Amino acid sequence: MKPANILKALLYAVGLPAVLVLIWWAATLGAKNFFVPTPGTLLSTFAETWFGERIVSDVLPSLGRLVVGVVAAIVLGIVAGLLIGSVKWLRALTEPVLEFFRAVPPPVLVPVLMLLMGITDSMKVVVIISGCIWPVLLNTIEGVRAIDPVLSDSSHTYGITGAARVRYLVLPSAGPQIMAGVRQCLSIGLILMVISEMFASSSGLGFTIVQFQRSFAIPEMWSGIVILGLIGVAMSFIFQFTERRILRWYHGLREVENAV
Amino acid sequence: MQSETTDKTTMPAGSPAPAGRTLPEGQAMLSVRNLKKVYQTDGGPIEAVRNLTFDLRAGELACLVGPSGSGKTTLLKCISGLMAPTEGQVLLDGAVVSGPPKKMAVVFQEYGRSLFPWMRVRENVELPLKNQGVPKAERDKLVDEALEAVGLSHVPMSYPWQLSGGMQQRVAIARAVAYQPEVLLMDEPFAAVDAQTRADLEDLIRTVWKKLGVTVLFVTHDIDESVYLGQRVIILSSSPTVIQEDLVIDLPEERDQLNTRALPRFTELRHHVYEQIQLAKQGHRPAAAH
Amino acid sequence: MSAPVVTTSGSAASGSGQHRAVRKPARKWPVKQLLGLAGILGFLLVWELIPRAGIIEARFLPPASEVIAALGRDFGLTAFWAAVGETMLAWFLGLLMAIVLAVALGFVIGSSSVLRKLTNSTVEFLRPIPSVALIPLAVLLFGVKIESSLMLIVYASFWQVFIQVLYGVADVDNVAMQTARSYGLGTAARVRYVVFPTALPYLMTGVRLAASVALILAITAELVIGSPGLGREIALAQSGGAISGMYALVLATGLIGVLINLVMRFIERKTLSWHSSVRSEVIV
Repeated sequence: MKPANILKALLYAVGLPAVLVLIWWAATLGAKNFFVPTPGTLLSTFAETWFGERIVSDVLPSLGRLVVGVVAAIVLGIVAGLLIGSVKWLRALTEPVLEFFRAVPPPVLVPVLMLLMGITDSMKVVVIISGCIWPVLLNTIEGVRAIDPVLSDSSHTYGITGAARVRYLVLPSAGPQIMAGVRQCLSIGLILMVISEMFASSSGLGFTIVQFQRSFAIPEMWSGIVILGLIGVAMSFIFQFTERRILRWYHGLREVENAV
Repeated sequence: MQSETTDKTTMPAGSPAPAGRTLPEGQAMLSVRNLKKVYQTDGGPIEAVRNLTFDLRAGELACLVGPSGSGKTTLLKCISGLMAPTEGQVLLDGAVVSGPPKKMAVVFQEYGRSLFPWMRVRENVELPLKNQGVPKAERDKLVDEALEAVGLSHVPMSYPWQLSGGMQQRVAIARAVAYQPEVLLMDEPFAAVDAQTRADLEDLIRTVWKKLGVTVLFVTHDIDESVYLGQRVIILSSSPTVIQEDLVIDLPEERDQLNTRALPRFTELRHHVYEQIQLAKQGHRPAAAH
Repeated sequence: MSAPVVTTSGSAASGSGQHRAVRKPARKWPVKQLLGLAGILGFLLVWELIPRAGIIEARFLPPASEVIAALGRDFGLTAFWAAVGETMLAWFLGLLMAIVLAVALGFVIGSSSVLRKLTNSTVEFLRPIPSVALIPLAVLLFGVKIESSLMLIVYASFWQVFIQVLYGVADVDNVAMQTARSYGLGTAARVRYVVFPTALPYLMTGVRLAASVALILAITAELVIGSPGLGREIALAQSGGAISGMYALVLATGLIGVLINLVMRFIERKTLSWHSSVRSEVIV
């Protein structure tokens, strides 16, 4: 019974991808297609291109900037969001300005910050921070604002105030909203990492991939697209794993509510 | 039976007083003095509570009933220090209440919203103690005893939302009990649970109250409940609120759902409270409060 | 006939929350709105003072007044409006294509649990791929034409709508579906009266999210690839040293973003109120 189910799930999971790869393989088999390499070529190119010194010279520095930028944006966004969300007048004061900053398409920050800071590593990190912070910040504000008044009164009557209030009431209560912001923050961060390197850099993933394209190194360019895809998938996986752990209570609660 | 609205023959022993009963200075655990609350809204000021004065002796169990919209919740929020009164004051053991006092616990009607959904039952009960820096060993003992007292020792690791409504309210009561308050305020705690659970919880409150000797102020809109539970029932008028009557419940100390409710005296008292609430709804007010 | 009586409690969670947030302050506007206005003025004042006080040199960050003046001049230029037009055209076409594609595929795949299971792994793999990874491919295939922008926009916006439609179709109430079937409604009628009304709030959320993502990608394509539009103008202004002009264009993109958000929320509210009014009519 059980092994049969696992087999079924496995078939569902790999069935379509296998068919797609097969079609790809068949389509590139006969005539030499200039734009699309065969699966085999792509695989070997991928290994050659990225498992050498490029890991150290391009991949890791890019990832490092991404991680620093995203983590800084999340921390800053949550801290500022807690502050603004808890103070009513501050929220009213900053709301329109923040809505504007959120609406600015983050990539336009690249030329602006290039001008202000020059082409440096810290500029790329600042680009990521200044583009990623808005979804975290605004979601945190909204989450703090929406704390249940009864729960807030309960904590208050038991003397839970100050730092304890933030730790036991505000942060967990705003958690689901904050995580929704973090999810957006991650995908914007990856986009900005790539763009900042395509636009203004002499190393890094984005730069390397554009170089491949300019020199018509087609299989290498595809391998670059694949590595960006893999990074995206890995980030999404890490996020979902973390979110499931942090918000286990929330998903359970939602299930109970939906079942009623 | 209940349609009779005027029956002068069943006047209870506790003679109706225009204001609530007060005690000599130094004898009251909880004192409410000339309490008034006016809300400022866009549509002008709204007077929710006009003038309330009453005392609770230490260890007393008093019920507060009134028609819906009579400012019961407003009053409770002022007593618990969650809201500042416009005029007058609340004293707990002689000290003016200006914020939630340490020796007071509140149980709210909305059990689903007063427990932390991200904490397990045990953590919910433990949190206020942990926050006060009660040592771990003592904390464990208090939490165990409180869960035992409300009959929930078997579910400490569940999340509140995995439990039924009645059990969730038991968790909230356990949290209040573990906190060892001197005054326990309850804001219509059983209004949202089914009738059978409700009867069990009423008996639970009597048991806990007797065991701990805590002062309880129990707000409800249910007349039966107020008479069954209380040593005393304070009847509120309709808004703007004053005290309609402060009634002593002279039923035997030992109460149980079947026999107490079958006593002729229970019926008389319930009848009287019902009558007063009907009068309050029609806008009759005690002479002193016009 | 209770077909459109659907459990929207979960579905409208994000939508209805915003409704309350939008409607409530409308009544007691003065203090909140005045504070917001003060916030904007304060921000502009700080921006004005930073270069004037020399904290950042004016050739890197011109004062607010200069930038606003430059934006004012832009408003009188045909070239500016042509660039806005290019950007908005790419935005609109890309968004439209993404929505049509996502709705068609979403309803088909979402209605069949076999198709859902079969496509799940592929969707979960393709969705997180950043659309900017496709930039080199787009350049290779289309050069600096609008097609490059469209490719990125469609790819990025598609997933936003598609995922929401999948959720929405999965949310259809079984009882409502069985009721519809027992009254002899055919497939087309069931989609029209049961599936579509259930999925609508989800679809609108997806469209709103896709609209801002599409703008980000439109600007990105113009900025990085150089297809015509506001993004390219920003890059040109920056490399040409027209600093006030560059800031003015950045301001313009922000204003467009705000405008798109407002319009999308308005449309969402209109559509959903229509939705709930239909519901209450049926119930009564």
